Amino acid sequence: MITKRIIPCLDVRDGRVVKGVNFLGLSDVSSPVKLAKFYSSSGADELVFYDITASAEGRALFTDILTEVAATVFIPLTVGGGINSTEDFDRVLKCGADKVSVNSGALRDPSLILQAAKKYGNQCVVLSVDAKRVGGNFHVFAKGGREDTGQDVIEWVRRGVKNGAGEIVLNSIDTDGVKNGFDLEMLHAVCGAVDVPVIASGGAGCAAHFKELFHTLPKVDAGLAASIFHFGEVSIPELKQELAADGIRMRLLPQNDDFTQERETCHA
Amino acid sequence: MIAIIDYGVGNLFSLTCSLTAIGAEAAAVTSPEAVRSASKIILPGVGAFGDAAALLRKNGMDKLIIQAVESGTPLLGICLGMQLLFDYSLEYGRHEGLGLIHGSIQPIQNVIPPDCKVPHIGWNALQFPAGRPVSPLFQYISEGDFVYFVHSFSGMDCGESVIATSEYGVPLTAAVARENVFGVQFHPEKSGEVGLRILKAFCAL
Repeated sequence: MITKRIIPCLDVRDGRVVKGVNFLGLSDVSSPVKLAKFYSSSGADELVFYDITASAEGRALFTDILTEVAATVFIPLTVGGGINSTEDFDRVLKCGADKVSVNSGALRDPSLILQAAKKYGNQCVVLSVDAKRVGGNFHVFAKGGREDTGQDVIEWVRRGVKNGAGEIVLNSIDTDGVKNGFDLEMLHAVCGAVDVPVIASGGAGCAAHFKELFHTLPKVDAGLAASIFHFGEVSIPELKQELAADGIRMRLLPQNDDFTQERETCHA
Repeated sequence: MIAIIDYGVGNLFSLTCSLTAIGAEAAAVTSPEAVRSASKIILPGVGAFGDAAALLRKNGMDKLIIQAVESGTPLLGICLGMQLLFDYSLEYGRHEGLGLIHGSIQPIQNVIPPDCKVPHIGWNALQFPAGRPVSPLFQYISEGDFVYFVHSFSGMDCGESVIATSEYGVPLTAAVARENVFGVQFHPEKSGEVGLRILKAFCAL
């Protein structure tokens, strides 16, 4: 059976990873290429890059970096941030992205999902949703979580999937940064509403939170986190070993690394 | 030189880079000469079977590939490229394939349990058929190693050619082979080290 996925997320501004990253043994912790390699060799199942650059120059730097990452890291890459048109899809797919995540762009123009799904296939379109409780309902928030759109989350994800979104990333603003666990209630509601893979985001503080996520909500396909991985609070190989020992299906890397070492020596 | 057939279906960037990473000489090709002179051929592809098959035929690539295979050149089909090796597909109507692997391409929806989502997306383990020697394509990996899948259709009625399956409620065809023709449903260029080892094994054939 397919495994649950563990996905680190990297925010990139002007071609550098932002939010302090703190790894022992990495000389340049803000290099997206080095971090991507590190995570890939740690057993990350996929990588998400969010471009938080506002300028055109920053955009160009981002695509250069993405090209370099895709040329050296051979696991699925999802790219988000500043995706407002099918031209934006084209721009990042050409640089080696496998999936493209839309958020504000789809809120501004909901037809973007349908256009992109028709052109690149549903598997390529990820709908990322920032959601928060408002008066007993879950609302979709825009502008990085600053603006309440009034849109109901369940209706929005249903509509997105109907238009061709192949995956949902649900970021709970309520649990984000609190490190007290994923938003199981909100995730449960979304998993019940759509039949595409759902990726949980926001709230992970330790390995136990991933255990709780996958045991409580077997329909959730993946857990995404940023700072706990970047700061080394949770190590991906240890997390995956722990989850596997707890009966959760995980992709564990082959033990014999001769081939890898040989290859890295060749290209050193 | 390994020729990656570029017939306008999908992005060849990652595949080319992954072959470069293992030290192989590979290039995306569009010309008949490049296919004829290739030491090995890779047929990639994403998207719909009917469109891709039509594109292959439109520029005569189908015949060139079949001729190369008959003259002994190893061929590897990846994802939709693997599906194109089959006799036919039932994706949005019936479409003829290259007929290099006997069997058909059918929706996985028809065979998997209702609680399994479509498409089959993610990392799944490879199982080798019991009682048969392991394919040379897998000489550098082990049974149980994980590879990355994204597909809604799968090879069926191809029992004799199956060299690996993956469990998704039922065993799905993960890889096929017949003499010098190989096909993988998963994406070796997105399957980390395991994927690179499979590509390395193809290069070593």
